[in-house]
Amino acid sequence: MLRALLASIVGIVVFTVVLGFGYPALMTGVAQLTMSHQADGSLIERNGTIVGSSLAAQGFTSPKYFRERPTATSPPYNPSFTTFSNLGPTNPALAKLVKQNADAILKLEGPYNPGLTIHQIPVDAVVPSGSGIDPEISIAYANLQARRIAAVRHLPLATVQDLIKQHTVGRQLGFFGEPGVNVLNLNLALDKEHSS
Amino acid sequence: MGQGIGQILVYAAILLALSYPLGIWMARVYTRERGDVVERGFLRLLGRDAQSDQDWKQYGLSVVIFTILFSVFLYGLLRLQGHLFLNPDHLPAVPWTVALNTTASFVTNTNWQYYAGEATMSYLSQMAGLAVQQFVSAGVGLAVVAAVIRGIARRGGGVGLGNFWRDLYRSIVYILLPLSLVLAVILISQGVPQTFHGHATATTLQGAHQAIARGPVGSMIAIKQLGTNGGGFYDSNSAVPFENPTPVSNFFEMLAILLIPFAQIVMFGRLVLARRHAWVLYAVCFAIFSLGVSVAYPAEQHGSAVLRQSGVNITHSASQVGGNMTDKEVRFGIANTSLWATATTDVSNGSVAGGHDAFTPAGGAVPLINMFLGEVEPGGVGSGLYGLFFYVLIAVFVAGLMVGRTPEWLGKKIEAREMKLAAVGALAVPTMVLIMTAAAIVTPAGLASIFNPGAHGFTETLYAYTSQSNNNGSAFAGYAATTFSTTLGTVALYFGRFFPLLAGLAIGGSLAAKKVVPASAGTFRTDGATFGILLLGVIALTAGLMILPALTLGPIVEGLMH
Repeated sequence: MLRALLASIVGIVVFTVVLGFGYPALMTGVAQLTMSHQADGSLIERNGTIVGSSLAAQGFTSPKYFRERPTATSPPYNPSFTTFSNLGPTNPALAKLVKQNADAILKLEGPYNPGLTIHQIPVDAVVPSGSGIDPEISIAYANLQARRIAAVRHLPLATVQDLIKQHTVGRQLGFFGEPGVNVLNLNLALDKEHSS
Repeated sequence: MGQGIGQILVYAAILLALSYPLGIWMARVYTRERGDVVERGFLRLLGRDAQSDQDWKQYGLSVVIFTILFSVFLYGLLRLQGHLFLNPDHLPAVPWTVALNTTASFVTNTNWQYYAGEATMSYLSQMAGLAVQQFVSAGVGLAVVAAVIRGIARRGGGVGLGNFWRDLYRSIVYILLPLSLVLAVILISQGVPQTFHGHATATTLQGAHQAIARGPVGSMIAIKQLGTNGGGFYDSNSAVPFENPTPVSNFFEMLAILLIPFAQIVMFGRLVLARRHAWVLYAVCFAIFSLGVSVAYPAEQHGSAVLRQSGVNITHSASQVGGNMTDKEVRFGIANTSLWATATTDVSNGSVAGGHDAFTPAGGAVPLINMFLGEVEPGGVGSGLYGLFFYVLIAVFVAGLMVGRTPEWLGKKIEAREMKLAAVGALAVPTMVLIMTAAAIVTPAGLASIFNPGAHGFTETLYAYTSQSNNNGSAFAGYAATTFSTTLGTVALYFGRFFPLLAGLAIGGSLAAKKVVPASAGTFRTDGATFGILLLGVIALTAGLMILPALTLGPIVEGLMH
């Protein structure tokens, strides 16, 4: 008993030092030396200021920007407190939220897309993402927003569609995952296109 | 769905290809007579407890004392983090009920999380508290299974099962740490942060301030996945882009979930010189895993009743993945998230790439059933395999009854003592789950944790106690932390860890002392398809039947009503 107790105390100290400090310090050293962009959070700078991370949604609301997926975090799109919505598949609150989000999209995009109905709204546009900061939207949702962006920014629709294509993240290595469009990168490209 | 099925098949093929050599390597790690120079120094430093060949009681005592002492240390760290270093975002002490549950959760290899990591834990707590347990609790599991296997394989000459400290050292230094180093580099290259700086502050394109939580994430996520831990740095776990940025990071994280668990079956076959028998176990586990994915994926792709009735487009096409995208991420879609949910509950991992609470009734029932079976498909590192041994013994016993002979397993007679231990080992935890769920459903204090209305709320409760008792850690995360739920959960965590662990060790000790019976024409063969089917049947009839009534109150009712 006493022997096990003594061994445990030594074990706790050694494991905490080696695995709790040595290992993460080594990884941090390697990461900061060889891939500091990723290790620092994939931050994006524009004109010297950090404008976000390509891995986090930021809650676009202005009509001149593409919008992201709904979020359940508080405040919305909070990368410092991610959360699921946890809304069950039969929860009436989910039905209400979907309807509310769909109505908002119809109202926003309807004027630019005559004849737009709820059946054309892709599901990812109306349900919360897993992280609450999903940086991507489906290609379908990006396409749905293209006419509004073109009209508000006085750009040819083809230009906006080209930008969507450029910022579509395909299946990785041509095989893994699902395609999507990175919203922050797309909006940055739009701002650049617009100002030039 | 063809592309999704393709991704799942490639995953399965690579898993098979990698678990085999790793299993051979692991068998070597635990049988090497003489340790390396660091190992010898380390064991000398630990003192006399680390020098002897321990019987099952001594081995178990070392495990229990080490775990309890480490619990005290971790609890203290979580409570004092506000006064300690490596806390750049100035987070205060973790509240005591949550700290107690979290401590139990991490020392038992569960990683159930009643807190949001990025908003609750300092970097010190994450890396020097929680992540250390992710190595150590996994190492303990592997050490114990190595000891149990030694007992099974022993051919006379004492009842020793090896030395706990030596096995623990080897599990960590030769298996968990090297794999973690490689995985961490892969994950960071994909975009998982690894820094000691506090949160980053951004000014968004619309001029708002955005605080982006980060920290030493990559090093933690690697061992979180490899050690069947599952406790993430962020609240939404591997759904968060900073924990799982790309489909490639997702693939490697999923691979890490099942890699060591499947490899340990290969290791087992080599150590007991019964490779064909091990392949039967491997095939049974693989069959349960495949069955799970083939239910979960179509269910999630079909989508939930609410979504189908809403009128929005949930049809899969070239421009969207469709299906039940609630609490799922675009880059993973339905196939990967369903595959993840199945894999993470086939073993005691419990990390998630999407919110299980939002899964369809059938999709959510898959992880629930997987866990309730005891996570033996093939289970957590170490813990899963000795869990599977309980079922194997019951299967051998049933076969013995049918052919009218004393049952044998790997040359050892299985008698009353082993059968009692196996039956208790297999049934104690599921029994506890049902009692706890009942207690949480009939008391106002228990009901207070429920988030979703109706049958789904019952499933949340059942899932919570199934997950904690089986040391999984995944959640129907709407289920809230209250004093009642955290306390009951803490009991479930410790009991669910130690009861099967000690039963497993006792079986190892008991078998170690037995003489070898040469196989004869009357011996029931355990290395063919017949035994595989029998084992599947035993798993379905014991724990499977126990959960069926509860399933009818939860996912089945929910599925039928809509």
